[in-house]
Amino acid sequence: MNWLQRRVRPEQIRELSLLLLIVVAVIIFGSLIDGYYTSRTFNRIASSVAIITVVAAGQTLVVLTRNIDLSVGSIVGCTAYFTGSLIAANNGLPPILAALVAIALGTLMGSINGVLVAWGRVPSIIVTLGSLAIYRGILIEYSGAKTVTTDSLPAWLVDLPQNALFTIGGLEFRTMVVLAIVVVIIFQLATSLLSFFRRFYAIGSNPEAASLIGLPAQRMIFTSFVLSGALSGLAGFLFLARFGNITVEAGRGLELQVVAAVVVGGVNIFGGSGTIFGAMLGGVMIGTLEQSLFRLGISEFWRDAILGLLILLAVASDAVILNRLRALWARSDLKLIDKTAALPGAASGTSSR
Amino acid sequence: MTALSRLKSWEGLLLALLLVILFFNVTDSPFFLGVGNIVNLFQLSIEKIIVALIMTLIIISGEIDLSVASVMGLAACVMAWLFQMGTPFPLALLAAVASGAVAGLFNGFWIAYVGLPSLAVTLAGLIGYRGIARILVEDRAIGGYPEWFNTLGQQPTFGPLTLSIVIFFVLLILVVVVLHRSALGRLIYVIGNSPNAARYSGVRVKRVKMALFVASGIISAIAGVLYAARLGSVRGDMAQGFELDIITIVLLGGVSIFGGSGNLVGVGLSILVILNLRNGMGLANITGNTQTSVIGALLIVSVLLPNMAQLIRNKWRGSET
Repeated sequence: MNWLQRRVRPEQIRELSLLLLIVVAVIIFGSLIDGYYTSRTFNRIASSVAIITVVAAGQTLVVLTRNIDLSVGSIVGCTAYFTGSLIAANNGLPPILAALVAIALGTLMGSINGVLVAWGRVPSIIVTLGSLAIYRGILIEYSGAKTVTTDSLPAWLVDLPQNALFTIGGLEFRTMVVLAIVVVIIFQLATSLLSFFRRFYAIGSNPEAASLIGLPAQRMIFTSFVLSGALSGLAGFLFLARFGNITVEAGRGLELQVVAAVVVGGVNIFGGSGTIFGAMLGGVMIGTLEQSLFRLGISEFWRDAILGLLILLAVASDAVILNRLRALWARSDLKLIDKTAALPGAASGTSSR
Repeated sequence: MTALSRLKSWEGLLLALLLVILFFNVTDSPFFLGVGNIVNLFQLSIEKIIVALIMTLIIISGEIDLSVASVMGLAACVMAWLFQMGTPFPLALLAAVASGAVAGLFNGFWIAYVGLPSLAVTLAGLIGYRGIARILVEDRAIGGYPEWFNTLGQQPTFGPLTLSIVIFFVLLILVVVVLHRSALGRLIYVIGNSPNAARYSGVRVKRVKMALFVASGIISAIAGVLYAARLGSVRGDMAQGFELDIITIVLLGGVSIFGGSGNLVGVGLSILVILNLRNGMGLANITGNTQTSVIGALLIVSVLLPNMAQLIRNKWRGSET
């Protein structure tokens, strides 16, 4: 047990059990649905999860700092629409530039949220509830209720969701999916290795201690909203590529799915703990259920009820099981300290004689 | 600066804002002050402001209920589904309200007794209850209720007032008495300020929270049924997104999102401000979406302004000494 406790943290057990749950779900669905283990199933789930995962990575950073960003659905809608109409007007726009425009727009919207939360000292739930309505209103007002249509977009963009970058054992890894995986890997590595990103955890788990050791809390909270906006912008670009037809309603309600993915993925809603990888697993779990229930012939009307139950289970298991595990870990840490202190000759024992 | 004088100035600000809006509205349209327009003003958002009353108590107690709009939809769908199955209509109405109570009990159990964060539990409720409503009604629109039901929802029954408006004012009085004139009201503030202090001084925190969430479920269900009566038909996506407007009303009324402060005078003024603002913008031909944006901006500014004023005051004092 000690061996185990030294190598894994309770949070990792949480993620491993979610991974196990996904595997179990896939096995159950596989035995119920004919031809479930095909590349088609994989592709379907992967492309539906890709967009949510990209947004969830940014949301995780915000939630880590004890805040929440409810405006992501509107940011995705705005960036998808505005980038779409820009590309529709100039079909010659290079792909990279188009993606950068989307990211820049998202960054701008995120930084407005960030300034208001960090320096305006307005609670994030108020700021982002407000900007959820404002960004959507700007979109509807500006667009004049017109729609970006697929046939006005250049071929490279329309084909993007079907493009496979590489194939492993019959599983196509499409551009969008690879992009989402790259985002997850970059941010997972950053949040576990770079001290700058570790500050998100410090600020979220103990704000007073963080400010006492001189961490710039306001700047970090601002950064988290900027990154959330930028990633939502990127997701808006992916949204445009995936659906082609963008109405003013694009991305409405996405914030709920994203927050659900983050919570199911084990990120503590009160900040300070959770990982980007966990948030991705949360997205995968939700996506797998959604697509598989659809294949099972269970009506789509059941989807939301099950999703709600899943979130509740995730939060309840966090509160009940994870707290027990943490207590167990803390107790064994204490024992370890006791043991080293009691060792004869340890610390000052021999030299003082 | 004490909390009291800040609160006073907050309500003063809301009152001034209300007067400005009223002035513009009256000069804009001669019909504005007519009884018909005033009744209409309330009637168009009546379900939201009914739920805003109980939401005020919940936010003051330091919690939040994001599931209210889904409970409204759930209750209406339970009623519609049972009615379609051939259940006697009064029984269907009763079941609708009961479904709200069950939803509230469910929320309250996880929040008060298991101790989960209300933000997460009611987010699950928001998605889950809406899901159950969808399962019941799918993508149909169910109508054809008894004549008296639709009349009750749409026509004035008490002088020029409709039943919903009467229910709103009865509930308003009830909530004012509970929050500002009863021991329970003081407990709600204490719990919102410091749940631990409340628990150590013998307040039954769990029971109060449970009662609040059950009340929220029941009132949301009643509001949902009233909404169904007003529209005359029920769909699965009924009242979707209402929680945003409801929370906006409460927060604009000066209730702190962190709990423990705020009062019903502020919320009452905020209701009047929002209703008149929407009505005025409607008279000026501004579309519903822009109205929502303006109210969103108002929500942010309403918290930002006092913060900025405080900051500037502190800086000014700092340079003085």
